[in-house]
Amino acid sequence: MIKKILIILFFSLNANAALEVTIAQGKVEPTPIAITQIFGADSDTARYGNTLRQIISNNLKNSGLFYTVNEDLYIQSENLVEKVPRFEDWKLIKAQFLLSADVSKIDKGIRLRMRLYDVFNTKEIEKLQLTIPDENLIRRVGHTVSDIVYERITGETGYFDTRIVYVSEIGPLDQRVKRLAIMDQDGHLDSHQFLTDGKNLVLTPRFAPNKQLITYMEYKNNLPRVYIYNLKTGEREIVGDFPGMTFAPRFSPDSQSVIMSFSDPNNAANSEIYLMDLNTRSRSRLTNDSGIDTSPSFSPDGEKIVFNSDRGGSPQLFIMDKSGNNIKRISKGRGVYGNPVWSPRGDLIAFTKLTQGNFHIGVMDVNGNNERVIVRDFALESPAWSPNGRYLIFHRQKRSNLDGTGGEVTIHFIDITGYNERVIPTPRDGSDPAWSPLL
Amino acid sequence: MLIVAGFFLASCAATKTEQGGDSDATSASASSSSGGEIKAGTQEDLIVNVGDRVFFEFDSSELTVDAQATLDAQAAWLMQYPDTNITVEGHADERGTREYNLALGDKRAFSVYSYLAQAGIDTNRMEYVSWGKERPEVIGSDETAYSQNRRGVTLVSN
Repeated sequence: MIKKILIILFFSLNANAALEVTIAQGKVEPTPIAITQIFGADSDTARYGNTLRQIISNNLKNSGLFYTVNEDLYIQSENLVEKVPRFEDWKLIKAQFLLSADVSKIDKGIRLRMRLYDVFNTKEIEKLQLTIPDENLIRRVGHTVSDIVYERITGETGYFDTRIVYVSEIGPLDQRVKRLAIMDQDGHLDSHQFLTDGKNLVLTPRFAPNKQLITYMEYKNNLPRVYIYNLKTGEREIVGDFPGMTFAPRFSPDSQSVIMSFSDPNNAANSEIYLMDLNTRSRSRLTNDSGIDTSPSFSPDGEKIVFNSDRGGSPQLFIMDKSGNNIKRISKGRGVYGNPVWSPRGDLIAFTKLTQGNFHIGVMDVNGNNERVIVRDFALESPAWSPNGRYLIFHRQKRSNLDGTGGEVTIHFIDITGYNERVIPTPRDGSDPAWSPLL
Repeated sequence: MLIVAGFFLASCAATKTEQGGDSDATSASASSSSGGEIKAGTQEDLIVNVGDRVFFEFDSSELTVDAQATLDAQAAWLMQYPDTNITVEGHADERGTREYNLALGDKRAFSVYSYLAQAGIDTNRMEYVSWGKERPEVIGSDETAYSQNRRGVTLVSN
């Protein structure tokens, strides 16, 4: 079902961290980088080179932290993998960094060699070689190189060699057909795959942090239950097979458990939060309140859980220990809160808030302080973190009309500073996006 | 109690199948019932002569006085047709998160289910399911649509 594991013969000469760009809160001035043609000796390798260059250039530009210097300005046009660049030529066109690479066929597949130069300091800062067995992994090579460039220059962990699982939507709004789908983080059509056939309604997919698994909710035989989809085998397995609805699943940070909501018929179908151990299949109940408790999300250290509850009247955000003890409300503002998601860095919680007729996606400290809104619109939902904790993806839905028009729903990417929002393209409408860990 | 998958026939244009459909076919398999007599004990009979649904206030699963009156009539009707089984569907409007609305829809469905149970309907005849905000009755982003979508619908399942 999924791509083969990237085989990388990897050598890097530069182990020292070159932190050249300081990323702070607020708008960042993009760093100019020049990317030479990625050279190939024959038509195949030249084609791979073009593809790679496009992937790398798009990735870096989409991060909001880079812009690529217009190629028409380049003075030096040679392959700079084995040749030292004329740094003054690149300084002249204000390229702060310079990437050059070439692709060649070798006995066991395809080899890419790349060099990254710091133009202003006139030195090489990265040198590496990647080998893949066949061209099916070209896109992953592009993402991997993008990650290396991003990491060398910003000092932050990259996020390009990752995927997004989401719900593909089509059809009338009252009879929507929804399918699980997966794609590279850039949404490139070549990487897009449907995982389910649309026969059953599916909702809220989420990746396991360190396994090739997705947990989600499916209406099989009209019974809404939590399932796990195995990306290696394509198999689906029910994990919330309780005598009532199970929903809102997420993995624990060690991928050994799934935390979810269960509406027990013996508890007036009131939603409580349960933890299911995937090895023993034993479940433990964490909340016990007459209000709705749902949308649980673990802290990355696995010690705490943030969740959504209307126990105080309107839906708000609460934190509890992993045992279910020490429940504290953290949302402080006015409005209806939901969808809390703990940042992979551990420092922030993303959420949605409905107030004054609009949805907001925001972040707050884990104690509820310093709430700030990142984006506001009529209908926003399902914030999900990039694995490096710097970006969010979410979906945005337009108003619908009585005649059945409107209601288009799209997946968006945004820097948590609130800058650099863009649509992640999907072949049909898309909702409920979730981000994989770094592959 | 047991909640079992239930197929049901949509026998009126006002009622839609909730089966999801396959990837291409999005049309409901509702059969037309224009003209002719309404067959007693059917979904159409329930809709026309009793009322198949109740409505809820925003973010509430409590049964209003009107809702209770409708459900009293549904209970009487179900007593009259003891071979009839039902599925109660709980729905929410679009102004909440998907997950919260699934929870809310389940509480709404259960409110209807347990009211009918207390009115003497055998729970073996009843199932319930939440559709959250996934299956609006009326498309539209305004209160007119929302008030129609915050609903509990009783569907004859055999």
